[in-house]
Amino acid sequence: MTEMSKIDTTGLLPQVTEFLWAEADLLDAKEYDRWLDLWQPEGFYTLPIGDTTDFANALNLCHDNDKMRRDRIERFRQGFSISSAPPAQTVRTVSRIVIEKAEGDVITIRSAEHVIEDKFGRQRVWAANMTHTLVATDSGFRIRAKVVRLLNSDGMLNSFSYLF
Amino acid sequence: MSLDMPKFSDLDALYSSDAKVATQMYEDPDLFKLEMDKIFRKTWVFVAHDSEFPDKGSFKLSTVGLEPVIVVRDRKGAIHVMVNRCRHRAATVCEVKKGKTSSFQCPYHGWGYGLDGSLRALPYPEQYGDDFNKDQHGLQRLRTESYNGMVFATFNEDIEPLVDFLGSEVCRYIDLFMKQGGGFPVTVLGEHQFTVPMNWKVQLENTTDAYHFPVVHKSFLQSLDGETNEIFQFLETGKGFVEDLGNGHSVMAMIPELIDLDDNLDAPIPERFTELAQELRDEGYPEDQVKKIVRAVGGAGFNLNLFPNVSFSLAFFRVLTPISVEQTDIRHMALGMEGGPAAANQMRLRLHEHFQGPMGFGSPDDAEVWERVQRGTKGGEDLPILVNRGLVDETPGTLGPRGHISAETGMRAAYKMWKRMMSQ
Repeated sequence: MTEMSKIDTTGLLPQVTEFLWAEADLLDAKEYDRWLDLWQPEGFYTLPIGDTTDFANALNLCHDNDKMRRDRIERFRQGFSISSAPPAQTVRTVSRIVIEKAEGDVITIRSAEHVIEDKFGRQRVWAANMTHTLVATDSGFRIRAKVVRLLNSDGMLNSFSYLF
Repeated sequence: MSLDMPKFSDLDALYSSDAKVATQMYEDPDLFKLEMDKIFRKTWVFVAHDSEFPDKGSFKLSTVGLEPVIVVRDRKGAIHVMVNRCRHRAATVCEVKKGKTSSFQCPYHGWGYGLDGSLRALPYPEQYGDDFNKDQHGLQRLRTESYNGMVFATFNEDIEPLVDFLGSEVCRYIDLFMKQGGGFPVTVLGEHQFTVPMNWKVQLENTTDAYHFPVVHKSFLQSLDGETNEIFQFLETGKGFVEDLGNGHSVMAMIPELIDLDDNLDAPIPERFTELAQELRDEGYPEDQVKKIVRAVGGAGFNLNLFPNVSFSLAFFRVLTPISVEQTDIRHMALGMEGGPAAANQMRLRLHEHFQGPMGFGSPDDAEVWERVQRGTKGGEDLPILVNRGLVDETPGTLGPRGHISAETGMRAAYKMWKRMMSQ
């Protein structure tokens, strides 16, 4: 399963787990500035529809470059978007973490994410398969790409006032 | 009508002559049932765009009102729309949303149907006796017609031809809308789907509501560059209009200079498209085609709203599917240029993602206010919902009244048709 490389993945697993949990914690707390700091500017944050891998030529739920990520967060924060003022509250769990690949300083991680949102006294549950491409830097991991595949991405969804 | 459902014998109380809508219209389950019968089973309902099932044997699942249907192209290219229900014991014969096949087979007892819905074969037919007639046990077929790639179906065998139902003005606007293929055929590139706890008419109203735009979509407008933001200031400039096009249809022209995309092609290319234009030039497209494609990428300058379930909305199709009196599914179909430059289609995809769908900068705010309408109607049962805005300064248009860009003329067109159909 894991393509064993020179990197010791046994020692790596607790490190990437800590990173994914910290990211999940930031997203639940809506600490978006700190979340933006986790990114490499050239990275894309993508929620695809269906099983496509050609995100540029497909319709996605979102396919954000650095500017779109910042605009999205600005929109959440300005208070003019009725759906995100106030936003739904979320509690998420990230688990089933698998190191898919580790080559040089680039690590690919698969994980499962469950998000429960609450708004209007109504709760909704979302499940997703996530793939993070992380880069190990002197100041810790940075996200080069994050792909969140909702289990029902090609089905009837609701609108989201938060990030996965 | 009073005979089958005396509860709704007074249609004027539901939609008054001075354009007031009764609260019941959004929340009475009996009225909803009646609407499914008197409207969705009786008129032309949009089911698919040609490009969604392009080849012989291609199909897609859709709905007509509450009823699941299969839209399919047979070996000769003819389009069939059939109820997705086996004639034996009612199981759906297809649960694949989209694909290609040579037949449909019921998974329960193996009855097999052709692409035109005819019953081809069934296991052990002997027990039905010699007089069993396969011809009478095909999938239930709907009357199907299309206009400029838009496929409609109806259960009503006696209804007027589709083009007559649409009318001359709607057909003219459909043709204008399709110019955003930029010289290529318009194709569906994908779709966003979300369900909203609201009555279907709340959505029907919204597609012809310019009044909400600067309020609900302020956060979207703030994310635009100055020049593009300017284009969306249609309430400020007041140049546009809303016009009743007959049979419940209407047009809302927000950006009149972009009604016909072939007009003013010599106008300077907007800032946000300069990079794309250069890319197309570098790919070898001649300047006149570059201008045409770039103009098309931004979409048309109007919403064309068809009663009862589809809107041609600037750059995409918006389709509503009623689920229950307080639940409606929405699909936003992204459009592109079939065989057109990848860079242009990519830009259209990114523009669609920017506003539409569950994570767009626009749709979630729409969904929120629609739900707020449904929640609000729980109070003040006797208070009317007002769609009388702009009655004061309407003028005669080509086929019906024309009002200010923020007028509720399009909603009145839809409710007039609603009333006509509910009274039959």
